[in-house]
Amino acid sequence: MIEPSVEECSTENGLQLTPDLAIANLQSSDLSLRYYAAWWLGRFRVSRPEAINVLIAALEDEADRTELGGYPLRRNAARALGKLGNPQAIPGLIKCLECSDFYVREAAAQSLEMLDGKVAVSALIKLLAGGVAQAVQIPGRPHLTQPYEAVIEALGSLGATEAISLIQPFLEHPTPRVQCAAARAMYQLTQDPSYGEILVKMLAQEDLKLRRVALGDLGAIGYMAAAEAIAQSKVENSFKLIALKGLLEHQLATFDMGDDAIRVMNLMDSLL
Amino acid sequence: MTDELIRAVTSADTSSQMVTAVKNLAAAKEPAAVPTLIAVFGYNNPAAAAVAMAALTELGTIAVPQLLAQIDDYNYGARAYSMRTLAAIADPLALDVLIIAATTDFAPSVRRAAAKGLGNLHWHQLGFLDRKIAQDRALTALLLISQDSDWSIRYAAIVGLQSLAKNTNLQLPIQDRFKEMLAIDPEKVIRARVQVAQMQIA
Repeated sequence: MIEPSVEECSTENGLQLTPDLAIANLQSSDLSLRYYAAWWLGRFRVSRPEAINVLIAALEDEADRTELGGYPLRRNAARALGKLGNPQAIPGLIKCLECSDFYVREAAAQSLEMLDGKVAVSALIKLLAGGVAQAVQIPGRPHLTQPYEAVIEALGSLGATEAISLIQPFLEHPTPRVQCAAARAMYQLTQDPSYGEILVKMLAQEDLKLRRVALGDLGAIGYMAAAEAIAQSKVENSFKLIALKGLLEHQLATFDMGDDAIRVMNLMDSLL
Repeated sequence: MTDELIRAVTSADTSSQMVTAVKNLAAAKEPAAVPTLIAVFGYNNPAAAAVAMAALTELGTIAVPQLLAQIDDYNYGARAYSMRTLAAIADPLALDVLIIAATTDFAPSVRRAAAKGLGNLHWHQLGFLDRKIAQDRALTALLLISQDSDWSIRYAAIVGLQSLAKNTNLQLPIQDRFKEMLAIDPEKVIRARVQVAQMQIA
């Protein structure tokens, strides 16, 4: 529902693929066909057992390498497996948390969160080793030593209360996005509104992308006290609607229809 | 006088100068300001666009022909503001433009704004026969997009249909569609919004 993006455009080409063809392509000798097929299976939610099996196998691919030693096919396979909802992928994804490629580790953490892979908690916690002191930028790369945002968010969603003392210091990490991830997880793990308020304050930041991240986080944790702040934030309406939808889903799951739910819907109506 | 105010808008250098200039132009409430106010939609300045939108809405029907003629084909942000303004003025002259936008625009924000507007036009401004034809067309468009794959478009369709159901002659097909959505829509949020709409109509 975000404005059409590269992904939307690609889907038109993707219509030429079929599930059978994509599964076959994923085992083809043409690396670009394999890379695209892995994305396609996730995008079009092809959750048949054969698709799951070939994607799990692709998590150990050695053929598709970047100049810097990355594993593009593993990244796409890890992302797709998160979308397909099959817990069979969990052991393979846990192994990916040790991959030398940052983006494979990041995709694996995100997908383990989506698959509700609680058995991954101890493996995820290992990536926080060394705490904030270790969480520095890798020279020459656009990322930190570990995918901290994805790991911390996963631990929050998985209800890993044993990680609270490890996550809390990341509220002070110099990168605002990591602070957001920590606030989001801390709220999920403690339900303490002070962490929700950290995210509300982020809505006033100069950086539009950061405001979008904070909106997404507030939606994901369903922090009702932020409803008006979300509606008034200086972000595109599409992002606000998604965040308010998150609030409403949480509200409906806990209290069913009530005044708060109607309040959120009134705000959503005003953003159309 | 208005010329000067218009020049202040077109020559504003900073975002805050722009907002001030648009506020001053808006305060003049001059029909001659309409094209400039619409152009503000395309300046990627949400605060200024909000002021322009309020001013155009207040000018009302007099702004509608220019709003319809000056839709920005290349900037969906600007188009969404145009649809919101047309929706707020609610002149039935906008019917065709709103139907096309709601059903065919590539940008969800434009479609949502148009869908909301389709439900809420000032139907009483039309004669009996024209009104019936126009309402049927709005209903058909909203029923169609209530089946869109994007939840936010379906959400906007419900809001449009809820408004349209104020016309008692249209209530039956709308209530039928709401029942259907309540039974089959996969999104909890959509089903909840349908329930609210049903309570409003009953």
